Parts: sequence; C-alpha cells; structure tokens
Amino acid sequence: MTDRPLLSLQQLAVTYPGAPLPALQGIDLRLAPREKLAVIGESGSGKSTLARAIAGLLPGGSHVGGDLIWSGDTPVPGRDIGFVFQDPGGSLDPLLSIGAHLVEVLRTHLPLSPRAARDRAGDLLAQVRLPDPRAALEGYPHQFSGGQRQRIAIALAIAAGPALLIADEATSALDVLVQAEIVALLRDLAEARTMALIFVTHDIGLAAQLADRIAVLRNGRLQEIGPTARVLAAPQAEYTRQLLAAHLDLSSPPLVEARG
Amino acid sequence: MSLLTVTDLSKTHHGARRVRALEDVSLSVDAGETLGLVGPSGCGKSTLARMILRLDRPDAGAIRFDGQDWLALRGRDLRRARGGLQMVFQDPAAAFHPRATVQGALAEALRLHSGMPRAAWATRIADLLTQVDLAPDLAPRPLSTLSGGQQQRVAIARAIATGPRLVVLDEALSALDTSIRGRILALLVRLQRDLGLAYLFIGHDLAVVRAISHRIAVMDAGRIVETGPATKVLAHPQADLTRRLIAAIPTLSPPGDLP
Repeated sequence: MTDRPLLSLQQLAVTYPGAPLPALQGIDLRLAPREKLAVIGESGSGKSTLARAIAGLLPGGSHVGGDLIWSGDTPVPGRDIGFVFQDPGGSLDPLLSIGAHLVEVLRTHLPLSPRAARDRAGDLLAQVRLPDPRAALEGYPHQFSGGQRQRIAIALAIAAGPALLIADEATSALDVLVQAEIVALLRDLAEARTMALIFVTHDIGLAAQLADRIAVLRNGRLQEIGPTARVLAAPQAEYTRQLLAAHLDLSSPPLVEARG
Repeated sequence: MSLLTVTDLSKTHHGARRVRALEDVSLSVDAGETLGLVGPSGCGKSTLARMILRLDRPDAGAIRFDGQDWLALRGRDLRRARGGLQMVFQDPAAAFHPRATVQGALAEALRLHSGMPRAAWATRIADLLTQVDLAPDLAPRPLSTLSGGQQQRVAIARAIATGPRLVVLDEALSALDTSIRGRILALLVRLQRDLGLAYLFIGHDLAVVRAISHRIAVMDAGRIVETGPATKVLAHPQADLTRRLIAAIPTLSPPGDLP
C-alpha cells in the first residue's frame, strides 16, 4: 500500500435525516488505486451506508461528519464511480433496450458518436460475459435472467471507465452458481481495468474469494480491517471470529447424522 | 414406510412458451428425517414445493402423504389434513398479514387447524414462542417491528402450531444474515428431535442444505439428477450439477489459493 490512496476516510460519520443515532461513525479507511476491498457486516451494520457515502448516493438531508478525501478531482458519480445494487432491476428501465441504456451512459460521460457508443456498448456486454452480446443490445431487461441482468448492470456501472466500482450486495439475490460467476467477473474486471473495487457483502466466504483486504463493520463502527489472509487466519475482533464461526462450507460439521 | 412419496410428477407451464417445469419427479421423505432438495434458480424446486403444498396441481403423477392420496383430498378433508403438512417460505413478511401481531399470526393457525378451545390459545402461544427461543412477551407486538430473524422464528412457530409431521422449508434461511442462519439451523434440528418432525429443506446453497440434511436430492431443469445420503452425495457426486454446486461453495481460503 505504498501508492497514494485513491480515497481516504477520516472519522467519517453519517446520520440519516430524522434518525436519532448515526448509521456510521469514526470510520478511518484508506483505499489504494486498484485495491479490492471487501466490506462485510450484517443487516444494520452500516456497510451499505458506507458504500453510499463514498458514492455520493446518500439521501438529501443526511448529516455527514469527518472527511472523505479523493486523490484527484471530486469524482462524478456514474462516471468516476460505478455502483451496482442488489436488485439490477433498479438500474434498468423496462421500456429501454439494453443498447439504449449503455449508449445513454456512454454518451453522457464520454465524447462518442452514436455509432462509436454502440460499438463500445457491444464490447462492454462481451466484457461482462453476456452470451451473444451484439444480439443482447437489441433486448429488453425482462428478456434476461437475474444473473444476466446483474451482468448488464455491471456493464452500465463500468461503461464510463470509473476508477472505483462499488458492488453493494450485488450477488445476494442470485443462486450460488451465478454468485460464483459474478464474483469472478468482478475480480477479473477490477484487475483487467486497473479499477478499485469495494465489494459489500454479509458473506465472509464471498469476501474471501476476491478481496485484497477485508473491513468488518458492526453497529456503524469499524471492528477491524486488514489483509484478507490475516483477517481469515488471525482475526483481531471477537465479532470477526463470530462471522468466521458462522461460515458454512464442506469442512463445517454437519448438524445431523447421515442416514441411508 | 415413507411419510411423503412423490411419484413421477410432471408439470408444463403454458405461457408465451411452453416450459417443462417438472419432468417425472420422484422422491420420498421418511418420518423424522430431512431431505435436502438443492438446485439453481429456475430448476423447478419451488414448483415442486407448491405441488406438495397443494398450491398448484401437477399435470401427471401422484403424491401420498401420511398414508393418504394427497392430491385427491378436497374441501374439509384437505383443510383438516393441511395441519399435518406445514410450510416456511423465504420472506416471512410476505407470509403474514402486514398489520398482524405475533399472537394474531399464531392464533390464526390454531383456529384453522388445532381444534383447541380459544381459552387455551394464550398459553399455547406462549409455549410456541418459547419453543422457538422468543420471549413470550413479544406476543402482542406487530410482526413488522420484529427483525428478519425473529419474524422467521414466528413463521416456524406458526408452522409447528398445528402439530405437523412434515414442514416444507422453501429457501427459508436464504435472506438471513449468516450468524442468524446458523442459530435457526440449530433451532430446526432441535425441533426435529423434540417433535419428531420431517423436513423437506429446499435451497440453492449446498453448504447450508448439507448441514441439516440426512439425504439430498439434486434438481436440474425439472428433473431429479441425483439422490442419496448427504455424506455420499458430497463425497462421491454423480451428476455434473452436483459437482458444480460443490465447486461453487465459497471457502475461507484467500483468493491467491484459488486455481
């Protein structure tokens, strides 16, 4: 982490309008360019608030304390920061073709002719490994499966070449097979495009698949942050140990005895 | 003698295009055991659950439950028999009336199925809440004020309120945080032991399904592609889909360790 950070948070605190207590407080965090950071925590931990604060997507009237410092100019959401939500339907207009979605984002942020934007849109769908990307440009959101719509949402998020992609529970609504493909896709895209990635999840197992570092949040506070291998092998916070203990894989003891 | 036997069940959805949702599906669940049914989105596992719950009818095939021709039951007989086969779905909020209280949701199940006098309900409701590790003083609370994990415990309490022999759990833990998921898995195992319940535990995550299941059936594109004892299916998977589901389970190895 000798790079100049892409982003530094110093004592970041967020209180939603009308909320009696902060959703997030005392957050100190540095994100390096090209770094893949997983932010893990349970419902109400503040992990989505952190993602939205960084992306500039907090609701109006939210009170933000502390500092959020970018290394360059203040980023433009949608151009310099891409955001992928849990429900891809939220970023897709049912009446607009996939190609029209992509061309609109591309031409809003980049000086491209309609023709060049159309070509770039097809390339983007190929990069997110959508089958038959050129034909998919003509399709509409309802014609795609949940996993394919999430690939399209990722293509939209990376269209303008952001320095940072934030995925907020982007795989939680998908089955495990599609989940594994999307995690691999996000990891590969971040590496191929030299883009930083913030992967927000409640699943420490998924975080382990792609992150350079893991940050653990609980009740709006950072419990610990460290390199993935260290957090998994030698967690410092009791809460991280609980999350690790709750992880299920084939090495977990079964709860019942198998029968013939 | 199996508690539930599904034989050659088939169903085709006739929409914009014909989809064979189930093709000759057969499986059985013994009293007191858990059969895990695992498969990806759209494989037909929820369609099968809806047939077993009598929320939808198959085109062909038979279902026997507790010695009865389950698909032949009608009206009053069906309503009475439903107490023996209960369900828990993924989203507890959708399963309850939006303004229902905890005791209201449980009283509804007692009224429909138990034949218990109204005067005994309050005691029974307190007992049910205790069985699912909830404080009895939650009874008057609106369900909407409970956490997701608490709501799912109420859904489980409602399912066991009628004294069922089989509970169908359709992605019942999929929306929960992992630590809550672990505690509810442990609760289900305890209730199975205490009450002699059988479960049909449906999910897409083999790591979760395998933790609680005695036997596992794997479903792909409307067909059962593999069935066997959980240890055998995991150690010696026969179907390609089973191998893919095993490979997709995230482990706690850092990314550098992956191929």
